[in-house]
Amino acid sequence: MTTEAERDELIRQLTARVEALEAQAPGDALTLGVINGSLDHTMAALIVAIGAAVYDMQVDIFFTFWGTAALRDPKKTAKKGFMDKMFGVMLPRGAAKLPLSHLQMLGMGPVVIKQVMEKHGAKPLEELMKDAAEMGVRVHVCTMSMDLMGIKKEELIDFPGIDYIGVGTFVDMFSHAKQCWFF
Amino acid sequence: MDASELGGLSVAKQVDARGTACPGPLLEAKRAVAACPVGGVMEILSSDEGTMEDVSRWCAKMQHEYLGDLEADGYWRVFMRRKK
Repeated sequence: MTTEAERDELIRQLTARVEALEAQAPGDALTLGVINGSLDHTMAALIVAIGAAVYDMQVDIFFTFWGTAALRDPKKTAKKGFMDKMFGVMLPRGAAKLPLSHLQMLGMGPVVIKQVMEKHGAKPLEELMKDAAEMGVRVHVCTMSMDLMGIKKEELIDFPGIDYIGVGTFVDMFSHAKQCWFF
Repeated sequence: MDASELGGLSVAKQVDARGTACPGPLLEAKRAVAACPVGGVMEILSSDEGTMEDVSRWCAKMQHEYLGDLEADGYWRVFMRRKK
């Protein structure tokens, strides 16, 4: 026979365990990493992000390494030192300038693929970014990549809520997400 | 629902997503559902064959009711009922 006090203690312990589990349970969230920097990989990330947002999932996209160039705004400039300037010249200046991961063909590939995309009603990456913003997708930029490649906040697109983070924040994000994928 | 039932539905909100590619039709459906009254029927026009399965699964997740689809001339008419 269990006494009332033992039962209460058991309920207290179980409640504590359920609360602990609930605190750890992944939310209806998706974390994406964009590292590759090609038009096709970045587009795939944005399409998945928008799809998940349509499902009312919270979507966070972490742009790192070559991925960060997609966030450059070609209309903006920033003051830079020599090395940063060199990187700035070599890196694609925004979403419209990204290369393809396959069939780059000395720059012909992206031209051709954009014509094919238009013909089939596929939105350009810049438009997908706007849709993502409207759907509440959050964009985070890797501060180390920005430092390495000399990318300044002032030259990035106006994406609502865009912020600048390190790996710790990224880990916290994907630890609360159901999935984490890299593109 | 069979074709005649679908064809006879009174549509509260129609969204024309023809000519847009993935994720266009699903995104248009999401945008438009807010303008469809709860209990009303929304019709999505899409030239992307994936839209039927996309909207069907999305309805199941969002607890809307997928009513069915009709093939038209080069596009599909996709019907759903907003439930909440």
